[in-house]
Parts: sequence; structure tokens; C-alpha cells
Amino acid sequence: MALIFIFNIVKKEFFIRQLLGLCALLTVLTTFSIIVILLVEAISFFDKVPMSQFLTDTKWSPLFTNKHFGILPLFMGTMLITGVAIMIALPLGLSIAVYLSEYAPSGFKKRIKPLLELLAAVPTVVYGFFALTVITPFLQKIFPGMSGFNALSAGIVMGIMIIPFISSLSEDALSSVSNSLREAAYGMGSTRFQTAFKVTVPTASSAIIASVILAISRALGETMIVTIAAGMQPRMTLNPLVPVETITAYIVQVSSGDVPYGSIEYQTIFAAGIALFVFTFLLNNLSWWIKKRFMVKI
Amino acid sequence: MVSSTFAMEINLMKRIPDSLETQKPQQKIALSVYDVTAWYGDFAALHNISMSIKENQITSLIGPSGCGKSTFLRLFNRMNDFISDFRVSGTVKLNGKNIYSKAVDVVQLRKDVGMVFQKPNPFPKSIFENVAYGLRIQGINNKSVLEEKVEQALKQADLWNDVKDILKRSALALSGGQQQRVCIARCLAVEPKVILMDEPTSALDPISTARIEVLLNELKDRYTIVIVTHNMQQAARISQQTAFFYIGDLIEFSDTEKLFTNPEEERTQNYVTGRFG
Repeated sequence: MALIFIFNIVKKEFFIRQLLGLCALLTVLTTFSIIVILLVEAISFFDKVPMSQFLTDTKWSPLFTNKHFGILPLFMGTMLITGVAIMIALPLGLSIAVYLSEYAPSGFKKRIKPLLELLAAVPTVVYGFFALTVITPFLQKIFPGMSGFNALSAGIVMGIMIIPFISSLSEDALSSVSNSLREAAYGMGSTRFQTAFKVTVPTASSAIIASVILAISRALGETMIVTIAAGMQPRMTLNPLVPVETITAYIVQVSSGDVPYGSIEYQTIFAAGIALFVFTFLLNNLSWWIKKRFMVKI
Repeated sequence: MVSSTFAMEINLMKRIPDSLETQKPQQKIALSVYDVTAWYGDFAALHNISMSIKENQITSLIGPSGCGKSTFLRLFNRMNDFISDFRVSGTVKLNGKNIYSKAVDVVQLRKDVGMVFQKPNPFPKSIFENVAYGLRIQGINNKSVLEEKVEQALKQADLWNDVKDILKRSALALSGGQQQRVCIARCLAVEPKVILMDEPTSALDPISTARIEVLLNELKDRYTIVIVTHNMQQAARISQQTAFFYIGDLIEFSDTEKLFTNPEEERTQNYVTGRFG
């Protein structure tokens, strides 16, 4: 009797284990097959367009008769908007993190942190038309020549969206800095500001950098805001007042158009996709590596 | 250490803790505490404490856990201020000035009253930057001044020979005893008047402990040292005066030798002979 009971448990355990393993396997397989499909389509794209042209040509016009396949304009558009977003999100996010961990009373912190995280929960399409209908008209009063679609307002709104990535993760990092270090700093006669910026922020710096990198890779992959508000004109420029196109926005443009399956135009989105994938993959690895170093140090 | 129970029993006169008369005239008072009561919320952690701590000597605070000795130590650099429901009444004077008066700049006070903590807590910076920290926050960034003061502080902390070739290395790479001496050097670099030590050797091995005790003995010629310790032998070895605290009261405060060999109070006697605590 008891033996059967134990046997049943063992069998049940075995079944549960297999089921959970299968779930884990499924996600790995999905990721793997996405990479394979990206690679297969990208390889047949690179059969027709040499890699050197893809990486060095300064024009991107696969949908026109005079076709150019230089990823640089899309890459530049992506970087420009991400740059604007980080310039907004980094100072604000870090200030918020320092304020919450070093200055704010803990009750206030508990209430405000979930509210801040709401910023990341706003649908990106809402951010997109917010940029287009609120930020852009406002900015046009400051820069009269600014185009209706532009990198600046898309970048600003994206910056607001990624604030919680930086503020929340950095705040976690700052809060995890041992209080004994704060005591040491205060005991030496440091002001709150000196304690924050000479001791706690440097101590948590690796985790803060990791949070910024995560925010950057989130910004790089962001699609809806830039599709709506940044325009769809691939352009090699660092001027944030004119329309640009990002890698993601181009993929949307092609996917929602009527490009024939299997054509070179169709394959460009896989090439663009893999370029973006490689880039964010490297960034995520960088952030993982920095974080690992941080864990060892503390 | 011979404890003389009989001497205590026949001594009928209750000794007033900290009477100025018992002190040698040439030694100045560095810290004086008068009628201090401290609360955490409604809980009084210290009751009506009065005592004077003399300059250029080591004063030990002993007593069982929770007796208020750490709270008492942290009065002197106002580290208790960080606890939100902490209150204090009475006066605490450093060189004659009440450090709890409104006019006092707490940041400046903490530059005059350094502190070394129980667990070595060097910053995750290089050894050099750790020791230079206090100077840098005072706005001293001149390289040669920093180098000179860091070297001087490390020498005073008996660490210079260990680390002079690895000043750029992280302080966290050092052993526990060396880390604690980095913390002492960090404290000495700004030349405080008083050094507070909260069980500075309780996390260290016996050899590191012995080295720090020797060091403290040298430092007392230049600094006033107040040390909280759980280790009664340590108090007996290094300090000139000892205060025994018990549940928020200052039971007895006298010369160390007297407190350990011929205490006035039975509770002190019981504690120092290991009957409780």
C-alpha cells in the first residue's frame, strides 16, 4: 500500500518535472526558431546585397526604383531618438532614484514608486499620439521651423516612457547599498548630497549603468512612438527637428504595406531586424556582464 | 585580576559617578554629559546620565547587550539623529559647547568627532581614496597635500608598511583587520578631536585585535577615545576609565583598575566577574 503511494508520488513528480521542463524548452525553442528564421531570410537578402553595401551605403531606399540598401540612415535615426530619450531619462531617472533612496521618507517612497512605474505601463501608442498632438505643437512654438514629424518629440516622449526603467532599477541598486557605508560617510561629516554622490551612487554604479543599458535597449526596440511621431523618412542626420526613420519604424512600414512575399523589399525587414537584434543582444549582454561584476563586488 | 568582594561590601559610601574631584587636575574634560535621557519613541534607552570624559585617554563603555552603551556613544556625533523617533534631553558638551543646541552644525561636529564602527566599512574605493575621503569632502583636492595626509594617517593607523605599494588597490581586497585599520586611518586623516569606537574589534581575529589595541594605546596621546566593548578584558587592558551601563542606567564610572578590582556596586562586581551579562 505504502509502496504504491510512494510510487504514485514518484510518478507524479516525474510527470510534473517533465511538464515544467517542456515549458522551459518551448520558450527556448521559440527564441531559437525566431533567430533561425531571421538568419535564413537575412542570408538570402545578403546573397543579393553585399554586406559591405548594407553597412556602408548612406542611403536606404529599398521601396523606390533606385534601390539603396544602406542601414546607416535607419541606424542613425534609431540612435538619434534613443539619444534624445536617454538625455531626458538619465538625469531625471537618476535624480528620482537618488531622491527616493537617500532623501524621501520610506512611506512616501512606497507610495510613489508604483506610480512612477505606471509610466512604463502606458500603452506606447498613447505615447505616440501624445508626442504628435501635444509635444510637437508645443515644441513648434519654440522651434518655428520644426517639422510635424520629428525625432525630438518622439525622443522626449520615449525618454519619459523609459524613466521608470532607470529610476526603479537604480533605486533598487541604491537601496541595496549597505547602510554601514552610509553611516561611515555621515560619520565622516558628509552632507546628504555628498553621501549620495560620493558614496552610494559610485557603489551602486555598475547596477545603475546596467539599468541605463536596459533602458537603452528598450528605447532601441520601441516601435509605436517612432512610427507615429518621428516620420518615415530614412535620413542621415543629427538634426532632431526633421523627420527620420528608425529600424523598427521601417519594419512596420514594410509589414503594413503590400510588399510581395519573398521579394528583396520583403527580405530587407529581416536584414533590418537582425541588425537590431544583434545590437540589443550585445547591449543586454553588456548589462548582464556589468551586473555580474557588481554582484561579485558587493 | 583579583576581585575583592569584601572590599566592596565594607565600602558603605556610595560613590557619585563622575565627580570632578576625583580627576587629576592636569587632565582636561573633552566631553561632558549632564542629565541626559534618551528615548526611542516612548522607550527611554538612557536615564539621567551624567559623566565627564577626559581628554587624551581611552574611556571604555561596558555593559550587557541593550544597556544603552551604543546609544550613549552615538550621542557624541549625533548619529542617533537618523532614527526618526529618537529624542534626547539634557546637555552633551564637546569642549564646553552643547552639541545639541540649535546653532550646532552637525556636519562640522562629525568632522570633530570621528567614528569607527563594529564591522569594518571601508568604501568600495581604493585604499588611498578611502583615507582621502574626509579631506576631499572638505574640499581639499591638492594632490601633494592629500598624499602627505594619507601617508601620515596610514602611518598613525599602523598600516602604512602593509599598503604603501598597493594604495590604488580596492580597500575591500584587504583582510578584516587591515580594513578596520583603513577605517581608523580614514577617521584620523581629518584630525578629529574625539574618536568614537563601537566595538571596533568584535568582528576581528585575536591577532588583528591585539594590533588595534596597541594602536589605540598610541593614539590616545593625540586623541580622546571613547570605546564601546563587549570584551571586558579589552576594556581592562586598554582604557584608563570605564563606565558600566545597565538597562539604561550608568551604574558605575571610575578608573578602570578600580572598576575591575574594587567596584563600588554589586551589579558591577557581578558583571565584571562574569556572573551575568
